[in-house]
Amino acid sequence: MTSLPPPSARKLGLVIDLDTCVGCHACAVACKEWNDGGSFGPLPDEDAYGAEPMGVWFNRVHSYEVQGIGNRELEIAAGVKPKTTHSCSSSIADSVLPAIAATQSIHFPRSCLHCETPACVTVCPTGASYKRAEDGIVLVDEDKCIGCQLCAWACPYGAREFSAKRGVMQKCTLCVDRIYNETLDEADRQPACVMACPTRARHFGDLGDAESDVSKLVAERGGYALMPEFGYKPVNRYLPPRPRRDAASAKPATKPSAEAIDTTQLPPLLRWVDRVLSR
Amino acid sequence: MRPTFSIILFTVLSGAGYGLWILLGLVLATQWPVCVAGAILVGGDTTTLVCVYPTALTYAFVAGFLMVTIGLSASLAHLGKPLRAWRAMSQWRTSWLSREGVLSLLTFLPAAAIAIYAWKWGAVSTDSAGTFWSNPRTFQAYGAALALGSLVTVYCTANIYACLKPIHGWNNRFVVPVYLLLALYSGFLLLWAFKSLPDASVSLSSLREARWNLALGVGIVTLSIAVAATKLGYWKSIDEPAKTTTGDATGLGYLGDVRSFEQPHTEENYLTHEMGFRVARKHSRKLRLICLTTAFGVPGSLALLSLLVPGLGVVAAWISLFSGMLGIFAERWLFFAEAKHAVMLYYGARSA
Repeated sequence: MTSLPPPSARKLGLVIDLDTCVGCHACAVACKEWNDGGSFGPLPDEDAYGAEPMGVWFNRVHSYEVQGIGNRELEIAAGVKPKTTHSCSSSIADSVLPAIAATQSIHFPRSCLHCETPACVTVCPTGASYKRAEDGIVLVDEDKCIGCQLCAWACPYGAREFSAKRGVMQKCTLCVDRIYNETLDEADRQPACVMACPTRARHFGDLGDAESDVSKLVAERGGYALMPEFGYKPVNRYLPPRPRRDAASAKPATKPSAEAIDTTQLPPLLRWVDRVLSR
Repeated sequence: MRPTFSIILFTVLSGAGYGLWILLGLVLATQWPVCVAGAILVGGDTTTLVCVYPTALTYAFVAGFLMVTIGLSASLAHLGKPLRAWRAMSQWRTSWLSREGVLSLLTFLPAAAIAIYAWKWGAVSTDSAGTFWSNPRTFQAYGAALALGSLVTVYCTANIYACLKPIHGWNNRFVVPVYLLLALYSGFLLLWAFKSLPDASVSLSSLREARWNLALGVGIVTLSIAVAATKLGYWKSIDEPAKTTTGDATGLGYLGDVRSFEQPHTEENYLTHEMGFRVARKHSRKLRLICLTTAFGVPGSLALLSLLVPGLGVVAAWISLFSGMLGIFAERWLFFAEAKHAVMLYYGARSA
């Protein structure tokens, strides 16, 4: 049934820390590996070892360069007028090194956000796409899916990928076949991506419970939802990168001296050596 | 969005078929059958009524049926699992695609009733009241149901696209009016072409024939202007620069200008293949011009000309039909090709 269930108290989801993610793609690989053999697999690739491999992954890690404002939020908090252009800093006037640009690279894992009011569920004509009433996980019943792909069009987050090989839509299951799996050790009942992350940038838990670890983490670090303007109420949260030391607050680098030799001060022999080496 | 041939064929052909059925239904509900007393003796019964329909309506019925059926079948070609298509009838409470499926099937009911009526009772009714099933009034009700069903089906088709918020060019107030008007317009072009055939209107009195010619001519001229104006409004609205950026999509915009420097994958994936389709601006401008000229300019001018010079008849009507359908195909191709999906913001699109 593609009508949405009444809002559930339990809202299972992920919290992803953009500060500690190093963009290693371990989450994406672990996800692909588990789900290729899990209850919702396989995830076959076309031309897997050829020139143009193409297949479904539930997890994709983007890398962005954020250019410009540095610690703008700190400056705003301190009452400093935000700068508009930030190519380089000129605060270290006497440094011969290029000034430190207020630029950071941020790795950004993207997967299903298990929205509270997902359009991918309501547009489904067959009832294959559904949201679980008990914990809010959004799933696809691959036996009912006709492969019309309307749900993928309806998702602004790119959470769903169509398997041309299998003719059905596939998506992140929040490892529903792990998190309730009593044959696994209790410590292993977490999504594969969370288990694999070497920097613990991914956290799994109940975001409907204000006292859960993930909810506390979100409150503490100012976790946010992606594109809330669509009104789909994503459950997953992203933790923003912590403020970086930028050019203004960073210590000036040790002044290198080699470039600034005043040859007139040198003894004649060394002046001659300098001239010879400078040719 | 990738312009998939099966979906373009589906929306254009079924739109035209339903447009034709809307007109046919309206004509059946309000104009025909025209019944006259006692012109033919059937079994010596002198009270026989002869009810007449112009042959053009038969053509319209059959052509509408073929176009709707071919169009709907083409939509199945887009599915990953076409044999499960019957499941799409179940979620009409929330899904426009499901509603479209249900209504398209329901619309075949009055169409079947009209076909059975025409085949079994033909043009002849045994008395002025007739039995319930053979009564001309019942036939008019079938016509009204056919027109209504066709109209609502096209409305649902348009809403499949218009309800998708991540696609700025579809979640747009012009989309539903354009779909409805274009369906009606292509119906007019088809009906004009059938009406112009040599034996299509032999049963018409000259007064009725003149009225019909006037209605078709005025309808096509008016609609060509109306649809072209609506389409220009649509293009103007999608050309306004979109405000959403990669910074908004990632929530990192407050830190500065967010640019993608490395993609998650080196080859295409489903998302970039399906939603990353782009058409060059200079090409889309040219195609818009081709669309306006062939879809609206040529048929509109020829319809106006044939109102003034009645002798043009069949040539003008069929040139208009081919030119018009070509233009509508171009319009639908652009509708997909020019639409941008919000997910491409994650892949470094500068706006969507």
